[in-house]
Amino acid sequence: MFVRKGDACVGHFDQSAAAVLQQVMIEVVALLSEQLDHDDPLVARLFPDVYPDDPETSEDLRRYTEADLKSAKLDQAGALLAALPPGGGEVRLDEEQAEAWLRALTDARLALGMQLGIRDDTDLIEEMDEAVLHDPVSVRVAQLSVYAYLSELQESLVEALMGGSRLT
Amino acid sequence: MGRMAAPQVTPVETPDTDEVAEVDRPWVTIVWNDPVNLMSYVTWVFQKLFGYSREKAERLMLDVHHKGKAIVSSGARERMEHDASRLHAYGLWATVDKS
Repeated sequence: MFVRKGDACVGHFDQSAAAVLQQVMIEVVALLSEQLDHDDPLVARLFPDVYPDDPETSEDLRRYTEADLKSAKLDQAGALLAALPPGGGEVRLDEEQAEAWLRALTDARLALGMQLGIRDDTDLIEEMDEAVLHDPVSVRVAQLSVYAYLSELQESLVEALMGGSRLT
Repeated sequence: MGRMAAPQVTPVETPDTDEVAEVDRPWVTIVWNDPVNLMSYVTWVFQKLFGYSREKAERLMLDVHHKGKAIVSSGARERMEHDASRLHAYGLWATVDKS
Protein backbone atom coordinates (compact mmCIF):
# COMPACT_ATOMS: atom_id res chain seq x y z
CA MET A 1 0.00 0.00 0.00
CA PHE A 2 1.09 3.56 -0.65
CA VAL A 3 1.85 6.28 1.87
CA ARG A 4 2.88 9.90 1.41
CA LYS A 5 6.52 10.71 2.11
CA GLY A 6 7.35 14.31 1.34
CA ASP A 7 6.70 14.87 -2.35
CA ALA A 8 6.54 11.17 -3.13
CA CYS A 9 4.01 8.37 -2.86
CA VAL A 10 5.87 5.35 -1.58
CA GLY A 11 4.79 1.73 -1.61
CA HIS A 12 6.44 -1.59 -0.86
CA PHE A 13 5.73 -4.64 -2.96
CA ASP A 14 6.80 -8.11 -2.06
CA GLN A 15 7.68 -10.49 -4.85
CA SER A 16 4.22 -12.00 -5.20
CA ALA A 17 2.42 -8.62 -5.16
CA ALA A 18 4.81 -7.30 -7.81
CA ALA A 19 4.24 -10.41 -9.92
CA VAL A 20 0.45 -10.08 -9.65
CA LEU A 21 0.53 -6.41 -10.59
CA GLN A 22 2.88 -7.06 -13.47
CA GLN A 23 0.65 -9.84 -14.76
CA VAL A 24 -2.56 -7.79 -14.72
CA MET A 25 -0.87 -4.87 -16.47
CA ILE A 26 0.59 -7.17 -19.12
CA GLU A 27 -2.94 -8.41 -19.76
CA VAL A 28 -4.16 -4.82 -20.18
CA VAL A 29 -1.31 -4.09 -22.60
CA ALA A 30 -2.14 -7.25 -24.55
CA LEU A 31 -5.79 -6.22 -24.83
CA LEU A 32 -4.86 -2.71 -25.98
CA SER A 33 -2.34 -4.02 -28.49
CA GLU A 34 -4.94 -6.02 -30.35
CA GLN A 35 -7.31 -4.64 -32.96
CA LEU A 36 -10.07 -3.17 -30.80
CA ASP A 37 -13.40 -4.92 -31.17
CA HIS A 38 -16.08 -2.48 -30.09
CA ASP A 39 -18.62 -5.28 -29.75
CA ASP A 40 -16.51 -6.56 -26.85
CA PRO A 41 -18.15 -5.07 -23.71
CA LEU A 42 -14.76 -4.39 -22.13
CA VAL A 43 -13.54 -2.46 -25.18
CA ALA A 44 -16.86 -0.60 -25.18
CA ARG A 45 -16.28 0.32 -21.54
CA LEU A 46 -12.65 1.40 -21.96
CA PHE A 47 -13.47 3.31 -25.16
CA PRO A 48 -17.07 4.45 -24.60
CA ASP A 49 -19.27 5.90 -27.32
CA VAL A 50 -19.35 9.67 -26.82
CA TYR A 51 -22.88 9.76 -28.27
CA PRO A 52 -24.64 6.60 -27.05
CA ASP A 53 -27.78 7.38 -29.07
CA ASP A 54 -25.83 8.14 -32.21
CA PRO A 55 -23.43 5.32 -33.09
CA GLU A 56 -22.54 6.91 -36.43
CA THR A 57 -21.34 10.20 -34.94
CA SER A 58 -19.58 8.28 -32.17
CA GLU A 59 -17.80 6.24 -34.82
CA ASP A 60 -16.78 9.39 -36.74
CA LEU A 61 -15.40 10.97 -33.60
CA ARG A 62 -13.60 7.78 -32.66
CA ARG A 63 -11.58 8.04 -35.85
CA TYR A 64 -10.00 11.20 -34.47
CA THR A 65 -9.68 10.27 -30.83
CA GLU A 66 -9.16 6.54 -30.53
CA ALA A 67 -5.48 6.36 -31.49
CA ASP A 68 -4.60 9.00 -28.86
CA LEU A 69 -6.72 7.37 -26.19
CA LYS A 70 -5.23 3.98 -26.94
CA SER A 71 -1.66 5.26 -26.74
CA ALA A 72 -2.48 7.15 -23.52
CA LYS A 73 -3.71 3.89 -22.00
CA LEU A 74 -0.64 2.03 -23.24
CA ASP A 75 1.61 4.78 -21.84
CA GLN A 76 0.00 4.63 -18.40
CA ALA A 77 0.26 0.82 -18.29
CA GLY A 78 3.89 1.16 -19.42
CA ALA A 79 4.57 3.78 -16.72
CA LEU A 80 3.31 1.40 -14.06
CA LEU A 81 5.35 -1.51 -15.38
CA ALA A 82 8.47 0.65 -15.69
CA ALA A 83 8.33 1.79 -12.06
CA LEU A 84 7.64 -1.67 -10.64
CA PRO A 85 10.71 -3.71 -9.65
CA PRO A 86 10.01 -7.18 -11.14
CA GLY A 87 11.21 -9.00 -8.04
CA GLY A 88 9.42 -6.62 -5.68
CA GLY A 89 10.80 -3.77 -3.58
CA GLU A 90 10.17 -0.11 -2.96
CA VAL A 91 8.24 2.01 -5.46
CA ARG A 92 8.65 5.77 -5.15
CA LEU A 93 6.37 7.82 -7.38
CA ASP A 94 6.36 11.52 -8.10
CA GLU A 95 3.01 13.18 -8.76
CA GLU A 96 3.00 12.55 -12.49
CA GLN A 97 3.93 8.88 -12.04
CA ALA A 98 1.32 8.46 -9.31
CA GLU A 99 -1.34 9.83 -11.65
CA ALA A 100 -0.30 7.45 -14.42
CA TRP A 101 -0.47 4.58 -11.91
CA LEU A 102 -3.99 5.61 -10.85
CA ARG A 103 -5.17 5.62 -14.46
CA ALA A 104 -3.46 2.30 -15.20
CA LEU A 105 -4.91 0.68 -12.07
CA THR A 106 -8.34 1.90 -13.19
CA ASP A 107 -8.02 0.18 -16.56
CA ALA A 108 -6.90 -3.03 -14.86
CA ARG A 109 -9.78 -2.90 -12.36
CA LEU A 110 -12.31 -2.17 -15.11
CA ALA A 111 -11.05 -5.20 -17.04
CA LEU A 112 -11.12 -7.51 -14.01
CA GLY A 113 -14.39 -6.07 -12.75
CA MET A 114 -16.04 -6.85 -16.04
CA GLN A 115 -14.68 -10.40 -16.12
CA LEU A 116 -15.92 -10.93 -12.58
CA GLY A 117 -19.33 -9.37 -13.25
CA ILE A 118 -18.91 -6.77 -10.50
CA ARG A 119 -22.13 -4.80 -10.00
CA ASP A 120 -23.01 -1.79 -7.90
CA ASP A 121 -24.44 -4.00 -5.15
CA THR A 122 -21.64 -6.56 -5.23
CA ASP A 123 -20.30 -7.37 -1.79
CA LEU A 124 -16.74 -8.52 -2.43
CA ILE A 125 -16.48 -10.45 0.83
CA GLU A 126 -19.72 -12.34 0.11
CA GLU A 127 -18.58 -13.05 -3.45
CA MET A 128 -15.30 -14.37 -2.12
CA ASP A 129 -16.95 -16.60 0.49
CA GLU A 130 -19.23 -18.03 -2.14
CA ALA A 131 -16.41 -18.62 -4.61
CA VAL A 132 -14.22 -20.29 -1.97
CA LEU A 133 -17.09 -22.58 -0.97
CA HIS A 134 -17.59 -23.51 -4.57
CA ASP A 135 -13.92 -24.13 -5.36
CA PRO A 136 -11.11 -22.62 -3.27
CA VAL A 137 -8.51 -22.96 -6.03
CA SER A 138 -10.66 -21.59 -8.84
CA VAL A 139 -9.68 -18.79 -11.20
CA ARG A 140 -12.57 -16.77 -9.76
CA VAL A 141 -11.15 -16.88 -6.25
CA ALA A 142 -7.76 -15.76 -7.56
CA GLN A 143 -9.29 -12.97 -9.66
CA LEU A 144 -11.48 -11.75 -6.80
CA SER A 145 -8.49 -11.49 -4.51
CA VAL A 146 -6.50 -9.64 -7.17
CA TYR A 147 -9.44 -7.28 -7.71
CA ALA A 148 -9.70 -6.60 -3.98
CA TYR A 149 -5.97 -6.05 -3.79
CA LEU A 150 -5.96 -3.59 -6.72
CA SER A 151 -8.87 -1.69 -5.17
CA GLU A 152 -7.07 -1.32 -1.87
CA LEU A 153 -3.85 -0.35 -3.61
CA GLN A 154 -5.60 2.30 -5.69
CA GLU A 155 -7.44 3.68 -2.67
CA SER A 156 -4.16 4.04 -0.80
CA LEU A 157 -2.57 5.80 -3.77
CA VAL A 158 -5.47 8.27 -4.14
CA GLU A 159 -5.21 9.04 -0.43
CA ALA A 160 -1.44 9.42 -0.60
CA LEU A 161 -1.72 11.76 -3.58
CA MET A 162 -4.60 13.87 -2.23
CA GLY A 163 -3.12 13.95 1.24
CA GLY A 164 -0.09 15.67 -0.23
CA SER A 165 -2.01 18.20 -2.26
CA ARG A 166 -4.02 19.32 0.77
CA LEU A 167 -0.82 20.55 2.38
CA THR A 168 0.17 22.79 -0.53
CA MET B 1 -36.05 50.16 -41.89
CA GLY B 2 -34.57 49.56 -38.50
CA ARG B 3 -37.84 48.18 -37.26
CA MET B 4 -38.10 45.53 -39.94
CA ALA B 5 -35.18 43.49 -38.68
CA ALA B 6 -35.09 41.89 -35.28
CA PRO B 7 -32.84 43.83 -32.92
CA GLN B 8 -29.30 42.68 -33.22
CA VAL B 9 -26.72 42.67 -30.51
CA THR B 10 -23.48 43.84 -32.03
CA PRO B 11 -20.63 42.05 -30.37
CA VAL B 12 -17.30 43.73 -29.87
CA GLU B 13 -15.54 40.94 -31.68
CA THR B 14 -16.89 39.28 -34.78
CA PRO B 15 -18.04 35.93 -33.51
CA ASP B 16 -17.76 32.64 -35.24
CA THR B 17 -21.35 31.75 -36.20
CA ASP B 18 -20.84 28.26 -34.75
CA GLU B 19 -19.85 29.81 -31.47
CA VAL B 20 -23.08 31.77 -31.32
CA ALA B 21 -25.05 28.61 -31.96
CA GLU B 22 -23.13 26.86 -29.17
CA VAL B 23 -23.92 29.63 -26.72
CA ASP B 24 -27.60 29.28 -27.57
CA ARG B 25 -27.56 25.53 -27.08
CA PRO B 26 -24.76 24.52 -24.79
CA TRP B 27 -23.51 20.98 -24.77
CA VAL B 28 -22.78 18.99 -21.66
CA THR B 29 -20.41 16.25 -20.59
CA ILE B 30 -22.11 13.57 -18.51
CA VAL B 31 -20.37 11.08 -16.25
CA TRP B 32 -22.29 7.86 -15.57
CA ASN B 33 -22.14 5.63 -12.55
CA ASP B 34 -20.14 2.44 -12.83
CA PRO B 35 -19.64 -0.32 -10.28
CA VAL B 36 -15.84 -0.32 -10.40
CA ASN B 37 -14.47 3.18 -9.97
CA LEU B 38 -13.72 4.20 -6.39
CA MET B 39 -15.52 7.21 -4.94
CA SER B 40 -12.23 8.74 -3.83
CA TYR B 41 -10.75 8.28 -7.30
CA VAL B 42 -13.74 9.84 -9.09
CA THR B 43 -13.56 12.85 -6.73
CA TRP B 44 -9.85 13.21 -7.44
CA VAL B 45 -10.43 13.02 -11.23
CA PHE B 46 -13.02 15.84 -11.11
CA GLN B 47 -10.62 18.01 -9.13
CA LYS B 48 -7.71 17.17 -11.38
CA LEU B 49 -9.40 17.59 -14.78
CA PHE B 50 -11.74 20.48 -14.07
CA GLY B 51 -9.98 22.27 -11.22
CA TYR B 52 -13.08 21.89 -9.03
CA SER B 53 -12.85 22.34 -5.28
CA ARG B 54 -12.88 19.24 -3.13
CA GLU B 55 -16.46 20.08 -2.08
CA LYS B 56 -17.77 20.52 -5.62
CA ALA B 57 -15.95 17.41 -6.85
CA GLU B 58 -17.40 15.37 -3.98
CA ARG B 59 -20.90 16.68 -4.65
CA LEU B 60 -20.64 15.68 -8.31
CA MET B 61 -19.23 12.29 -7.40
CA LEU B 62 -22.14 11.68 -5.01
CA ASP B 63 -24.60 12.70 -7.75
CA VAL B 64 -22.99 10.15 -10.06
CA HIS B 65 -23.11 7.54 -7.33
CA HIS B 66 -26.68 8.11 -6.12
CA LYS B 67 -28.46 9.47 -9.19
CA GLY B 68 -26.56 7.40 -11.74
CA LYS B 69 -25.09 10.37 -13.59
CA ALA B 70 -24.00 13.99 -13.30
CA ILE B 71 -23.22 16.86 -15.65
CA VAL B 72 -19.57 17.66 -15.03
CA SER B 73 -18.96 20.38 -17.62
CA SER B 74 -20.84 22.41 -20.21
CA GLY B 75 -19.94 24.56 -23.18
CA ALA B 76 -19.00 24.26 -26.82
CA ARG B 77 -19.45 20.86 -28.40
CA GLU B 78 -15.79 20.35 -29.31
CA ARG B 79 -14.74 21.16 -25.77
CA MET B 80 -17.21 18.65 -24.37
CA GLU B 81 -15.89 16.00 -26.74
CA HIS B 82 -12.41 16.81 -25.50
CA ASP B 83 -13.54 16.57 -21.87
CA ALA B 84 -15.20 13.19 -22.54
CA SER B 85 -12.02 11.93 -24.13
CA ARG B 86 -9.92 13.07 -21.17
CA LEU B 87 -12.36 11.36 -18.79
CA HIS B 88 -12.05 8.18 -20.86
CA ALA B 89 -8.27 8.27 -20.37
CA TYR B 90 -9.03 8.26 -16.63
CA GLY B 91 -11.39 5.32 -17.05
CA LEU B 92 -14.60 7.22 -16.32
CA TRP B 93 -17.70 6.53 -18.38
CA ALA B 94 -18.42 9.87 -20.03
CA THR B 95 -20.74 10.92 -22.83
CA VAL B 96 -21.74 14.18 -24.52
CA ASP B 97 -25.27 15.48 -24.98
CA LYS B 98 -27.20 18.67 -25.62
CA SER B 99 -28.31 20.35 -22.44
